[in-house]
Amino acid sequence: MPERKLMYGNHAIVEGVIAAGCRFFAGYPITPQNEIPEFMSIRMNEIGGVFIQTESEIAAINMLFGAAAAGKRAMTSSSSPGISLMQEGISYIAGADIPVLVVNVIRGGPGLGNIAPAQSDYYQGTKGGGHGDYFTITLAPNSVQELYEFPKLAFELAEKYRNPALILADGLLGQMMEPVEFTQAPVDPDTLREPPYALSGCKGRERRVVRSYDLKPGKLEEMNWQRLKKYQKIQETEQRFEATACDDAELVIIAYGTCARVCDAAVRIARAKGQKIGLLRPITLWPFPNKIMSEMSKRIKNFLVVEMNMGQMIDDVKLATECRSKIHFHGRPGGGVPTPPEIYEKIKTIMGGA
Amino acid sequence: MTMEIIISGFGGQGVVSSGIILAHAGLTEDKNVTFFPSYGAEMRGGTANCSVVISTDPVASPIVASPDVVVIMNEPSLTRFEPIVKPGGILFYNKTLIKSVPKRTDITVIPIEANAIAEELGQGRIANMVMLGALIKKTGILKVDTLKMAQRERFTKAGEDQLSLNDRALDRGYDQV
Repeated sequence: MPERKLMYGNHAIVEGVIAAGCRFFAGYPITPQNEIPEFMSIRMNEIGGVFIQTESEIAAINMLFGAAAAGKRAMTSSSSPGISLMQEGISYIAGADIPVLVVNVIRGGPGLGNIAPAQSDYYQGTKGGGHGDYFTITLAPNSVQELYEFPKLAFELAEKYRNPALILADGLLGQMMEPVEFTQAPVDPDTLREPPYALSGCKGRERRVVRSYDLKPGKLEEMNWQRLKKYQKIQETEQRFEATACDDAELVIIAYGTCARVCDAAVRIARAKGQKIGLLRPITLWPFPNKIMSEMSKRIKNFLVVEMNMGQMIDDVKLATECRSKIHFHGRPGGGVPTPPEIYEKIKTIMGGA
Repeated sequence: MTMEIIISGFGGQGVVSSGIILAHAGLTEDKNVTFFPSYGAEMRGGTANCSVVISTDPVASPIVASPDVVVIMNEPSLTRFEPIVKPGGILFYNKTLIKSVPKRTDITVIPIEANAIAEELGQGRIANMVMLGALIKKTGILKVDTLKMAQRERFTKAGEDQLSLNDRALDRGYDQV
């Protein structure tokens, strides 16, 4: 067995970001993600990277814009209210087609909310988030191992499509500890090629401009249609999911992040009692894995969506399954976390009445 | 084999450290583990608690609804966690500080004079180590030597005096059951 180390989820993100060759972090404290900037301040100092505790989230996201426009891998992290403050910047970055990584360790909302784990920023994280017509590439890890592995994937996708990437975690994933296998070969940032847009000093070459607008009449429309092609390509090629025990399932649960862990336990309870329950876990929340859901809906009559919110992903599931299946919902908003027996009770209710 | 454990007490009773040491020891013995602490506002004033899952299989949920084992360090924790222990489970409680007597008859109740033993060793705050010693003896889930290693991984800044005192507290707890 390869060496495994017991780590906090928030610390695993830091190691994953550094292994991905990112040497720029700017952010502002907020629970339940404070261990990210805290540990980042230590690790960036050790490896000669940049750590900035900014005066606000707005400053952080704009510093990120600057660092990324200069062609470097750059990231920030925050939790729900802080991510709301960053939305203007994320929209500008999306409009300028610049890759960055933003991590949201979601807490209960709306407003100041609380510091408990939540998934209430699903809409924000999958429908753009800020103003204008855009999407972020949005990943949903469900373990400390994935918190370590996804930053590299996020940077690679962000750079491939020149688009901001978002990792949606939650307070539980950030605060829990699990063993991590250090599977990533560390990326040396000096070996990363300078991207064609990089504002790296124009001495001896044509000047480059990074901006999110063009005021010539009709130009913005043209830019947006161009960007749509990119989004269509992402939707076509980058849908990721994990299907567990779905082959013979009569009911498939759809859940991501912490909820996917809890539902996995509920599926094991049900399977031990001979009930044919499966679990489909979206790994990319945008692009949403609608191909597999559409396909499954031709066979599966009942889906159960489980979220730590009032019901947000349920919309995407309904679109993906095109009214062929019945979509049930179990949600815990405001920082509530479901338990495996709670989900199993819901399964029994559905199967009893199915 | 999967064992779900909740440890609960006042902030400062070493509840979170106990959970991390257990999880670390589980990992050292090549098991799958998760550790999840209560965090934030709950830590101040009221009880602190953490959930630890140790399993030979990959751990599905880090959220523990009905634990196989609870370690109760103070009175409010008894009120909160006695009712949710899985039937047939084990409840360890710190008899020195808890005057109530657990009422459940469908679980094994094990009183440990954790604070008295810790004071006898010269330090009340190592009552958590006494409890851990008792827990691993009764459940057989991990070896005491692994816990001794794990506490050294946890308390990296502690001197050898403290570390060997912790070892003795683990041993004393181990001998209680």
